[in-house]
Amino acid sequence: MEETPFKRFVSDFCASRIALAGAVALLAVLFIALFAPWISPQNPYDLSQLDVLDARLAPGEKMGNGKTALLGTDDQGRDMLSAIFYGLRISLVVGVSATVIALFIGTVVGMLAAYAGGRTDGLLMRIADIQLSFPPILIALVLLALLGQGTGKIIVALITVQWAYYARTVRGAALVERRREYIEAAQVLGLPTSRIIFRHLLPNCLPPLIIIAAVQVASAITLEATLSFLGLGLPITEPSLGLLIANGFNYMLSGKYWISLFPGFALLITVVAVNLVADQLRDVLNPRLQR
Amino acid sequence: MSEGKHAPALQVEHLSTHFDTRQGVIKAVNDVSFRIERGQIMGLVGESGSGKSMTGYSIMGLIDAPGKVVGGRILVNGTDLARLSAEQMRQMRGNRVAMIFQDPMMTLNPVLRVDTQMTEAILAHEKVSHTEALKRAREALVTVGIPSPDERLQSYPHQFSGGMRQRVAIAIALLNHPDLIIADEPTTALDVTIQGQILAEMQRLCRDTGTALIWITHDLSVIAGLADTVSVMYAGRIVESGNVDDVLDYAKHPYTRGLIDSVPSRNPRGQRLKQIPGYTPSLLHLPSGCHFRERCPRADAACLQDPQLTGEPHAVRCFHPHTEPVEAPA
Repeated sequence: MEETPFKRFVSDFCASRIALAGAVALLAVLFIALFAPWISPQNPYDLSQLDVLDARLAPGEKMGNGKTALLGTDDQGRDMLSAIFYGLRISLVVGVSATVIALFIGTVVGMLAAYAGGRTDGLLMRIADIQLSFPPILIALVLLALLGQGTGKIIVALITVQWAYYARTVRGAALVERRREYIEAAQVLGLPTSRIIFRHLLPNCLPPLIIIAAVQVASAITLEATLSFLGLGLPITEPSLGLLIANGFNYMLSGKYWISLFPGFALLITVVAVNLVADQLRDVLNPRLQR
Repeated sequence: MSEGKHAPALQVEHLSTHFDTRQGVIKAVNDVSFRIERGQIMGLVGESGSGKSMTGYSIMGLIDAPGKVVGGRILVNGTDLARLSAEQMRQMRGNRVAMIFQDPMMTLNPVLRVDTQMTEAILAHEKVSHTEALKRAREALVTVGIPSPDERLQSYPHQFSGGMRQRVAIAIALLNHPDLIIADEPTTALDVTIQGQILAEMQRLCRDTGTALIWITHDLSVIAGLADTVSVMYAGRIVESGNVDDVLDYAKHPYTRGLIDSVPSRNPRGQRLKQIPGYTPSLLHLPSGCHFRERCPRADAACLQDPQLTGEPHAVRCFHPHTEPVEAPA
């Protein structure tokens, strides 16, 4: 066994071509999101750089400042390519940070419920149940109506929507794993309780969490886009992908497809790439599925 | 712990563990007493549900609700476990008293590497460096006969065979040089050949290190080759105990006889295998008097009374004990 665990991980991951394509697409999206200010032809959030005379240019037409708008411009005269780059940035920040924080909160709540049992368990899980019985979009809409617009607020809304999934899943997995003999064996070894919970119990509850978290990143991005599309997410001055699609929606029937279509593609590619990578990660990282 | 030097490794006095269920109180362990000296091996024998595993769990302090140790004392090296705080009890577990479970597939954490699982068992009880802990883990693997221990330390449990895993489990139990190991049918899930190797290994380790061992099993043939003393449990009580040769060659209790006769190799070829009629009674509806009387060929009116465990060192709980030696196998 000369190969290091990392090499094995990479080769396992690359075993699936589709997953590899997903990873490449995801890396490209990440690169764009990270370096958007340097690779965009224009800063779409700087209103002084926008010219209304450039509004709704078709892809390939020249803007007033002499640059070519490769993907056209929107109704504010924004270069679509730049707007998409910046929009991806917002989508990823919102999706990933909301998921990570919700994952953390949900895991703590779920483990607590599973380990404490009794009334604590009952109370926490009923709260989760009540929340899960409402459609996520409804909860997010109500919250954003109360909180107002802004990136931070939309992240709060997404966390509120998501934590219950993790809490429920972790609790379920932890209740099963808790009864396993290796937990008993760890108790017999006299390991401290915190170590048993976090080193022994938690890692065994992770496989379902990884799957859910990965799917939730994608759905958080979609939900953010939906909310923005409905005009509740981010201010019009800082359009995310959803808002761009909403803006272009009005011009679809007049043949100006590019304002909605290209942000839509960007969203699609991101969500699919995240899902593909997540799927493969689940298969590779789970030692119990290893061939 | 000044008495530690001469006290037996384990002394159990009148231990009772009950389970309060909706149907009634289950006396899983009922007034059980025994002692094991350092370096000795005691076999704890009985059918499923006789309370032998529960005795082990009671000693480890691992009885979960609705179960509860309701009476008796457990002294490890002279220390009364009931007087220990939860933290002291945790320190005792895995350090002075270790346990090996039946199914080696289940007792190792599937997501942690063997070296992690071994070193944390040391680090939970002693302040030593990680390197030192790793060195001891490696030594323990060598002790239980695992080839290429360095490579094995870096492996995950699923990369081991069943026998190897049980060796790892035993190595983990040995890590902190405990005074007492409770082994709950650790070879039941293994091949006979592997079982033989592990038995020989355990016997040697106990002799060498002075560790006392409780070997919980239903298999008398294992006990015959391994143990020094034997206690036979039936329906939560010890029905016979003594030196292993005495108990196996001069079994007094009809239940012990039944167990011995049930060993297939002892039965003459071509004859029907002998068996004990009936089943272990439900602990909720135990017959009054001697719990074995409904399955016992020697039962009579006297057995409606509660028999006591009498006669040291070869004690039996029976009004009509056998006195003749056990027949040699035909």
